[in-house]
Amino acid sequence: MRPIVRDAVGIGVATGAYGLSFGALAVAAGLSVPQACALSLLMFTGASQFAFVGLIGSGGVAAVATALLLGARNGLYGLRLAPFVRPRVLAAHFVIDESAAMAVRDTREETRLGFWSTGLAVFVCWNLATALGALGGAALSDPRAFGLDAAAPAGFLALLAPRLREREPQTVAALAAAAALIALPLVPAGVPVLIAAAVAVAAAVGRGGKEARGGEGARAGGDAWGGEAVPAGEVSRLYCGNRNAADSPGRGVA
Amino acid sequence: MSWTPILLAAAGCYALKVAGLSIPQRVLDGPRVQRVATLLPVALLAALIATQTFDHGIDARAAGLAAAVLALLARAPFLVVVATAAVTTAVLRLAV
Repeated sequence: MRPIVRDAVGIGVATGAYGLSFGALAVAAGLSVPQACALSLLMFTGASQFAFVGLIGSGGVAAVATALLLGARNGLYGLRLAPFVRPRVLAAHFVIDESAAMAVRDTREETRLGFWSTGLAVFVCWNLATALGALGGAALSDPRAFGLDAAAPAGFLALLAPRLREREPQTVAALAAAAALIALPLVPAGVPVLIAAAVAVAAAVGRGGKEARGGEGARAGGDAWGGEAVPAGEVSRLYCGNRNAADSPGRGVA
Repeated sequence: MSWTPILLAAAGCYALKVAGLSIPQRVLDGPRVQRVATLLPVALLAALIATQTFDHGIDARAAGLAAAVLALLARAPFLVVVATAAVTTAVLRLAV
């Protein structure tokens, strides 16, 4: 099995523990078993689903609004994934934290493989586990006991780390983390991550003025992404000539 | 429980995903948009790490994340990094 696929399956299994817990929570919140399963099948974005069942007791409007707020970052992931995944209407369903993170790769082929293998592995495990959790109640009501609430941030860290060799992404990462933590107690769930996204946009646009004319192509993949610089010929092969080197991400995970 | 909010929220979440993927290619090819699209994952990952680790202040997860940093410095493979964080967090919770 290729390392990317192996990692994707691992992420799927870890996520499954949360699916069990989601199914149990959804039923405890008053949803029927088909409704719990429908959320995982149709909404398929964990944070939004947890928020939805947590708030549905206090009214449909708050539940829907918070689910959408948390779902907004999937739209941002799409911004980077758009050139790589097809067909859009199908791929869109699998755009979640994990698949977007695993799609941050050097090549078009690895980007696609990371996205699809993770999206599908999580989808299968998440939905099976939701059904089991909804039927079985609180069998594994607390994934925290297994430290699984630390698994996701550690996985994100492993994906982020190779991109932090250079000054600019280091600064952006530090600012984004700080902004999100400052915002955390002040704004509704879902908003801190959007504020962090705004930091990245501001940083990119702020530097964009002096980079926009000519400097971009010459910088190759070695600067902002901290990866090995990719030879120009390699870049045009990978990106079929219509992408410049600046969107070549740094190294993927080990 | 009514199906209406369930289906509305699911449709809305799907629409957000489609919207992100539907940005036209010529817009994505602009150098400024390229820079935004390449820095976004860095900012989003950093924010997710921060909020998911410290959303209840500093607890056992912080130790799990620190263990993950050590595993990364030791060049451990992805799944080992994740497992190290989970096991450290779980053991610490048992111990405290």
